[in-house]
Amino acid sequence: MLKTRVIPCLDVKDGRVVKGVQFLALRDAGDPVEAAKAYDAAGADELCFLDITASHEARGILLDVVSRTAEACFMPLTVGGGVRTVEDIRALLLAGADKVSINTAAVNNPDFVAQAAEKFGSQCVVVAIDAKRVSGEGEAPRWEIFTHGGRRATGLDAIAFARAMTARGAGELLVTSMDRDGMRSGYDLGLTRAVADAVTVPVIASGGVGGLDDLVAGVAQGHASAVLAASIFHFGEATVGQAKAHMAAAGLAMRLDPHSPGA
Amino acid sequence: MSAGSVAIIDYGSGNLHSAAKAFERAAREAGLDRTRIVVTSDPEAVASAERVVLPGVGAFADCRRGLDAVPGLVEAMTEVAQRRGRPFLGICVGMQLLASRGLEHEITAGLGWIPGDVAPITPADPSLKVPHMGWNTLDARRDTPLLAGIPTGEGGLHAYFVHSYALAPQEPGDVVATSDYGGPVTAVVCRGTVAGTQFHPEKSQRLGLALIANFLRWRP
Repeated sequence: MLKTRVIPCLDVKDGRVVKGVQFLALRDAGDPVEAAKAYDAAGADELCFLDITASHEARGILLDVVSRTAEACFMPLTVGGGVRTVEDIRALLLAGADKVSINTAAVNNPDFVAQAAEKFGSQCVVVAIDAKRVSGEGEAPRWEIFTHGGRRATGLDAIAFARAMTARGAGELLVTSMDRDGMRSGYDLGLTRAVADAVTVPVIASGGVGGLDDLVAGVAQGHASAVLAASIFHFGEATVGQAKAHMAAAGLAMRLDPHSPGA
Repeated sequence: MSAGSVAIIDYGSGNLHSAAKAFERAAREAGLDRTRIVVTSDPEAVASAERVVLPGVGAFADCRRGLDAVPGLVEAMTEVAQRRGRPFLGICVGMQLLASRGLEHEITAGLGWIPGDVAPITPADPSLKVPHMGWNTLDARRDTPLLAGIPTGEGGLHAYFVHSYALAPQEPGDVVATSDYGGPVTAVVCRGTVAGTQFHPEKSQRLGLALIANFLRWRP
């Protein structure tokens, strides 16, 4: 039986791990490769690096981080942030990423997703959907795609966009609620479920985890295939092992293999 | 090329550095100190290797074109696997290429070493997502040294899958292990000295390293 995946996410800036609260305030929290090894040993099912480095010159630092991680961790690695061209994807895959996450470039040019899927296969193309709820109280729920860390509205309906992306070959969707990100009040389950039920590809729930019950809800109520979190793992409030044990106790199918020692 | 060499075939399909690292580590942990892992596209190196690994990510037809684009490579693979009978392991699309045909987007000829087609997976439960992506357990169909010491079944270790197509061998005996995803999905195949895994052993932590070590010791 296929198991629900728990994915720690590391925000990386200039080769260092940070965690954005609402994507704006940043705290430095260490070396990404060391963190990746620790998560690997703790039984994480995948890892996600989100590069939030502003300058394009620093791309080499990220590629170095990816390649050192891939050498030390025998588990799947997704890398996102600033992925705009086929060459960006090729460089990340050659450095050792298994999947790349495309965000703004997918909004600006949906055909880029089709190009990426054709060139490298749908299995490595994740589209990151950043959405905010735009319907008022009492209205039918509606979510809109935002870019630039949640500051810029696009007018695109999140569910229609999710369908359009999978039609173009996205193999997975990373759905982040920009209302919830960093708020620790749980995933936007309505958003997660609306997207997951609208597409045939796996959906990763993201944005807003405050406790382990939120991870359970992301799957049980949000219908996600995988759950992503950063702060609760990163600041040691819960281990990946505790998260998986908690989810298993709640009745979800989890991978609880004895972990392999770090490289 | 000397005894103990393992050729990982480089034909432009994805990153082979981490695959090579996984093979190096598995060899080290298994005490196979003489094993040398070589990432290569040189047909001579492939033909003379003691063991050969064919990775592959992306679409079937793209991977086939990649193989054909290296002059002499398919001939070298045929020489080493079919005539010299050296152990050969296909991984993911590299395993699918062992089949007669791939049906992804268009009909593409495979190597034909494991008769059968590579067709879309169609889980009986429509709520199951495609691709089949993530960690799943293996159900052993028959004994094989490749799975020696690896716990299988629902309580067993997990392997990392990511695929939308699967190999359906004509000979049921070629299927060594399946995974359950709305029905059995071919996970490991073996026919003579040729084997393949639909999952990625180089991404499958404990199970992956154990399977790689088993392949490195395999004397079919």
